Formats: sequence, structure tokens, C-alpha cells
Amino acid sequence: MTFARTTKLFGREIAAVAVTFLGLLLVTFFIGRVVPIDPVLAAVGDRAPAEVYERVKVELGLHLPLYEQFWLYLKKIAQGDLGRSVLTSNTVLADIGRVFPATLELATLGTIIGVSIGVPAGVLAAIHRGTWIDQVVRVVGLFGFSVPVFWLGLMGLLVFYRILGVVGGPGRLGVAFEDIVDPITGVILLDAALRGEWEVFRNAFSHLILPACVLGYFSLAYVSRMTRSFMLEQLRQEYVTTARVKGLPERRVVWRHALGNAMVPLITVIALSYANLLEGSVLTETVFAWPGLGRYITNSLLNADMNAVLGGTLVVGAVFIGLNLLADILYRLVDPRAR
Amino acid sequence: MSTRAWLLAPTPGSRLQSRLGQAYLRWLAFRTNPLACVGLAIVVLLLLAALLAPWIATHDPLAQSLGRRLLPPSAAHYFGTDALGRDIFSRVVHGARITLVVVLLVVVTVGPIGLLVGTTAGYAGGWIDTALMRVTDIFLAFPRLILALAFVAALGPGIENAVIAIAFTAWPPYARVARAEALVIRNADYIAAVRLQGASPVRIVLRHVMPLCVPSLIVRSTLDMAGIILTAAGLGFLGLGAQPPLPEWGAMIAAGREFIFDQWWVATAPGVAICVVALGFNLLGDGLRDVLDPKQGQ
Amino acid sequence: MDGAPLLDVADLHVRFHTRTGIVEAVRGLSFALGREKLGVVGESGSGKSMTGRAILGLVPPPGEVTASRLAFKGRDLRTLAGPELRALRGRHISMVLQDPKFSLNPVMRVGDQIAEAYRQHHRVNRRDAHARSIAMLEKVRIRDARRVYDLYPHEVSGGMGQRIMIAMMLIPEPDVIIADEPTSALDVTVQMQVLAILDDLVTERGMGLIFISHDLALVGSFCDRVLVMYGGRVMETLAARDLAHATHPYTRGLLSCLPQLDKPTAVLPTLTRDPSWMGS
Repeated sequence: MTFARTTKLFGREIAAVAVTFLGLLLVTFFIGRVVPIDPVLAAVGDRAPAEVYERVKVELGLHLPLYEQFWLYLKKIAQGDLGRSVLTSNTVLADIGRVFPATLELATLGTIIGVSIGVPAGVLAAIHRGTWIDQVVRVVGLFGFSVPVFWLGLMGLLVFYRILGVVGGPGRLGVAFEDIVDPITGVILLDAALRGEWEVFRNAFSHLILPACVLGYFSLAYVSRMTRSFMLEQLRQEYVTTARVKGLPERRVVWRHALGNAMVPLITVIALSYANLLEGSVLTETVFAWPGLGRYITNSLLNADMNAVLGGTLVVGAVFIGLNLLADILYRLVDPRAR
Repeated sequence: MSTRAWLLAPTPGSRLQSRLGQAYLRWLAFRTNPLACVGLAIVVLLLLAALLAPWIATHDPLAQSLGRRLLPPSAAHYFGTDALGRDIFSRVVHGARITLVVVLLVVVTVGPIGLLVGTTAGYAGGWIDTALMRVTDIFLAFPRLILALAFVAALGPGIENAVIAIAFTAWPPYARVARAEALVIRNADYIAAVRLQGASPVRIVLRHVMPLCVPSLIVRSTLDMAGIILTAAGLGFLGLGAQPPLPEWGAMIAAGREFIFDQWWVATAPGVAICVVALGFNLLGDGLRDVLDPKQGQ
Repeated sequence: MDGAPLLDVADLHVRFHTRTGIVEAVRGLSFALGREKLGVVGESGSGKSMTGRAILGLVPPPGEVTASRLAFKGRDLRTLAGPELRALRGRHISMVLQDPKFSLNPVMRVGDQIAEAYRQHHRVNRRDAHARSIAMLEKVRIRDARRVYDLYPHEVSGGMGQRIMIAMMLIPEPDVIIADEPTSALDVTVQMQVLAILDDLVTERGMGLIFISHDLALVGSFCDRVLVMYGGRVMETLAARDLAHATHPYTRGLLSCLPQLDKPTAVLPTLTRDPSWMGS
């Protein structure tokens, strides 16, 4: 695709993304600078002497009018400067770069689990509408909308780690396996496979599978519910009758014709559920001591490390916006009518 | 004439009779859905627990007794005791109050905001609509939980701040729903009739558009309540919501976390309470949607 | 008609069990179809569409179909199991649906949809199915068939969409084709064109055609025989050429509602319906 065509096709989306991102920056700026009663105090602590207080106030640009402060904030963000973490004394950007792969690993596997079970479950519920299959999928789905992710994680640890002993405990690796594999991508499963360290791979997988299943369950709940409702709508359409008139087996009518059409809106749902898992990781990672972005944000939160909190928020927000854009683009590619 | 016949009269004699008749028909439809009835029962139970907490609870939820800490469930302590020897059953029952207050405060804040933004955008149309919906879309594209976290982190922990933070991130879907309704209502003939009588736009929106958007918003908020409960519990779990010693369910789970492997009941009971209540709201919301909003019902 | 009928239907009922009671869409319909063009006419709600779907076993749940006889070439359709019925659909009895805007799968290339119908019933490889589909597209008088093969349904006009539909339904070479209002959704200008194509193919292959329509004049000029339905029952069956001399008051009523150029009237009469027609 040429650049001109790309901009013509996606110009609106790109403009919308720019506006949304600006909105995100406004909100994080608002939370960081306007909401706290005294941002300086938040930065230096309440025992700092007066001259330190004054110096920091000027450093932060807090003596300037708000719009100038926002302009400065934008300039810093544009340079990739999210500030320095008080807790780790690294730059926030470097910290996030270090922890993000762990979160990505978790959310990706969770989405794979959720989609690969949720889509077939939703399809089955739709074609067996009103039967016990439908009820089971409905209740499993509704339960997913009702259970706190952190509690499900704790219960999972209790049952599968403590009682049954079939999975690894908290953390990404057992103590004996740490620091064997030099990071390449930061995703331990990939790194271990690339370096041929299969023992490490097995151990990492045993630690990953429980939190990924817990997150996957939430994706499953959402995806199966939406799949069911999209499929019910598609199965009412005339082209489904056409496919049956042609003498196609029901399997092909459902899984190719109806699901093929239901996939168009489902792509947006899957992208959204992926984004939700990134967010759900904030609570999950705390429970599983998973050294990812979620735990980074919560740790910083508890230590009032606002730079890190806002940096993390900004990154997750940016990923959200990016996923929305990706969903739009994929939608265009899947639906011939939207091209 | 029996009450039932009066309610089902094909030609109601008054506006009140017609309204009550409609409500009765909806109730009849609602009753046929067993899951929705379970949901309603759970919500009623929650309300009762919250109202009658002091009488239902067997102990003072805040009374510590270090000699009786971490006792397993028994006849004296239905759900066992926590690390400070407090009765978990009594704490769970009192926790219903906190949960209910948080949910109601959020809905009461968010509903009117969403209604106002949505109906204004939908009725006014043009650039007002575009601008308001762009703002709504921007908020919809944000990670709600993380934004709420950052917000509370800036405001400082506490139950009021948790409510503000949740409300701050929860209103956009309501605005969307209200707008969609308003767009349909705007073009109805009776709105044109009111307009021809010289009603001002403000009056039309307040008196004629908003009331008709309310049923959809009720459905939306019932379905949303589970999400609010979960967010509030999440904030509590991270120590950002209700502060100790308040018996907030999320915070109780956090307190039971370190004993999860040996004194599992400490974290289990409040978790089950959250699940049941959230499930109740979800089931109720699903049932209400089928009855009040046949367009979306399958 | 030559020899045994292709389709033999007696006392066909289609019922829907709903919360408010039983709705009967078709009540005791009987007819036989040979290698001919049979028109089925009626107002909307007269049960004519459900008749077509009942024959193919495609009445959606909660619908229920009963008949004392429902046979295709002597085979009892009522007792066929799912796979046997599917082998019959498309291959022996097929149906052209009303509106190509809805009846074609929007996310599949039209050519692939035609080839799919062919490959379902004939053991051929992809390339042969492709070639046959293109040949079939040419048979329904689509120029530039190779280009059209790769188009999506939203990229073709209504008339072309319906020709694609006809190609898809005729490519497995069925014996009976049911056309359910095949031209009602089309522009008047292309209606005749599509009908001519359908007519040619049906005549050329010696198929039986059930032409379902609300348009009495169209059916009269296009079909051999006409079956007039009202309220799920047959009011009258007669040869198309005798339509002008129809005796049943309902048919006469339908005919007199049609505006005629050579006999202008100030007010067109409306239909009067006699409840006794609904009795047994």
C-alpha cells in the first residue's frame, strides 16, 4: 500500500488517535499536577526543608501558569522523558521497558487461552440456544463478570499450587532457575526456547500457566458472550439460508459462513479484551508477584511514586489507543465492505 | 374487579392505571426468567443485610480479640476469625453496607452526568454532539481501572476518593446509551408537537427526552454495578479504598492474602461475598434488559 | 406434464408454536409439480414463502411441518435424515431467494460462493470448479465473468447479484428450482432481463420451477400454471392462459385490483376477503 492510499484510508483514524492521545496526556497531566493538593509535597515528602521545597517547585515548573506547565509536559513526553522514579532512581521509561515484556507475555497467553475457548463456546451456545449448553456458557460467562480477578488468583494458588501442586508458585521462575537465560526479548518463554534451555522453559511455563489461565478466564467470559450474540444475529441472516439451500453441511454453514461474518465485529472485541487483560494484570501481577508493568504501577502507587504511576498509566493508555487503532485497521481488512 | 383484572384492563381509565398495568406486564415477563429472579433475590438479600447488619451480625465487626485469632469456621464464628481475632461473618455482613454505599454513590453521580451529556449531545446534534462525543470516546479509550488507580493515588486513599475516581472513569458508557436513545426520540412526532407548541430546547430535553432515556440507563447501571463493585474491591485490595479497620471486602481479601495457604477462610469469605453480589447484579441486569429493552433482548 | 411428478405435495401444514398460541402459516396445501413452470401467487402472509422452505426442510424453529405426502421423484422427504436431505438440497431441489443484498454472503467472493455450491455436490478440484463457475457466470449473461468472480456482493448491482444467485443455484444442475420473489427487490428495468435468463435456463434444462410471487400479472405471463393462495390455503389452481377467466372471487378480486392502461378507472377497487374461504 502506498503512503497516499494509507493516509486516505486511515486518515480519520490517525487524526482520532492523535486527539485521543492528547486527551490522555491532558488527563495524566491533570492527575499529576492539579488533583494533588500540593504536587511539590508529593514529590519531596513533608519533611523537606523550605529551600528544598522552593527549589523543587521551580524545577517542576510549578510556579508557571498551567498552560505553560502543560506545554513543558508535552515537550518532555515528546522527548520520551517520563521523569525519574523515586523508588528505583532509574528513568521511568527504562523501568517500563524492563518490566513490560513480562506483562505482554501474560496478557498474550491469556488472550490466546480466552479466544481459543471463548469463540467456540460462544458459537456452540448460539447454535444450541436455550439448551443446557447455552445455560452453561451463559453462567460461566456471567461468573467471569462477577469474580474479582485478584481473589480468583488467590484461590487458584491455593488449589493448584498449594493443594494439588501442579503449577509453579508466585513469580516468573523458580529460584534455582533465575539468571540462567540472558534476556533477548525479555519474554522468558521465547528467550529460553531461543537459547535451547528447555528446563528453564518448563519451569517458566509452570509459573506462567496459572496467572495466564486466570486472566484468560476473563477474556473467555467476555469473548464467549459477545460471540454468542454476534452469532445469533448472523444465523438469522438470509445468506445462512442460502448456504443451507446449497446443501452445505451445518458445520460449514455455522463455522465458515456465519462465523466468517461474526468475526468482523469480533475482532474489535478481541482487541478490547486484550487491552482489558493488560489492565487486569495490575491486580493479577500483585497476587502472583509477577514482575510486570502492573506490579510496577501498584508498587509505585503504594510508595507515592507519582512519576512512575503516571508513566505507567500513560504507557497502558497508549497501548489501549494503539489496540483500538489496530482493531479499526483489522476490521477494514476483514470486511470487504469497509475497504 | 380483581386487582389483576384492573391491572390488565385493555383500556385503562387513568394514566396511573396504565403505568401500573405496564409495570405488572413487565413483572410477569420478568418472573418467567429464573436466573433473573435469583439475581433479584440476591440483591434484596444484600439490601436486607446492609439494613439489618447490626442485628444479623453475631459479633462487633471491629472488636479485636488477639487470643482468638485465625480460628477456623465454627458454630461460634461461622466464617472463622481474622488475624486480629475479629469475627469474619460479622465483618462480611457489615461490609455489605460499604459496598452498597459505594455502588449507590457512584451510580447517583454517574447517571445524571451521563444523562446530561448524552441527551444534550443527542438532541442538539451538530458540533455540540461531535465535541461531546469526542470527549466521551477519548474517555472510553482509556484503561478505566488504571486511571482510577492513578486518580486515587493523587487524591490519597479513602472511600470518598475511591468513589470519585470510579465515577470519573465510569460515565462515558452512560452518555453513549443516553445519546443513542436521544437520537431516536429527537425525531419522534410528539417531540415535533412539543416544539411547535413553543417549548424551549432545555424544557424539551429535561421534560420529554430525559425521562424516556431512563429505562435504558437503569438497565445499563444495573449491569454496571457488578463492574463498580469489582473496581471498588480492587481499589480496596490495593489499600486505596476504604481504610482499616473498616470491613471492606476487597481490603479483607488483601488482609487474608498472607494466610491464604494455611488459614484459607480469611480471604475466601469476603471473595465469595463479592462474587455472589456481583453475580446477583449481573443476573438482575440481564433480566431487566430483556424486559425493559426488548430491542437488545435476544 | 410427463409421467410421475417431480414434486408431490399433499395436505402440507406449517405451524409455529408461539407463546400466544399456534400460528398456522400453511394449512393443508396440495399440489404436484412436473417439468413445468408453476406460479404461486398470494399477498404477503399467505404462506407462499413458507411453502418453498417447507419443501426444502428449512422452516426455522419453532416451526413444525406436517404433510400426508411430501415426495420428490417418489422419495419421501419427510423421512429423510439430515445428511440425505442435505445431499438433496442444492443438488436436486434448489431455491433462489428474494434479495441478493441479503442472500449472498457479504465477506466471501461471489465466485467462491458459486464454486462452493458446485463442489459440495461434485467431486472436482479447485481449478475445475473455478472454470465451471466462470462458465456458469457466462451462462447467466455476465460479461467479464473472470473479473466478476473476484468481486464481493456489495460490489455488484442488484440485477447482477440476482444473476449470480441464479448461477449459484443452477450450477449443481437441480431438477426443481424454487424462486421466492426473485425479482421483487430489483429495479423494474432489470426484472425482465433476470426473468428471461431464468426462463431460458429452466426451459433449456427441462427443470421444474416454482415461481413464488405476489405479482399476478407477472406470474400469468411467465408461468404455465398458477396456484392462488390466501391465508395458507389454495384458493384456485388454473392454467395461466385461463387467468382472465378465473372463477374464484379472490382471484377475480386480485385481478380487478390491477390498474390497466387500456381501461382507466378513477378508483381501483380494494380486495374484499370472505372469512368463509378460511373454513375447511
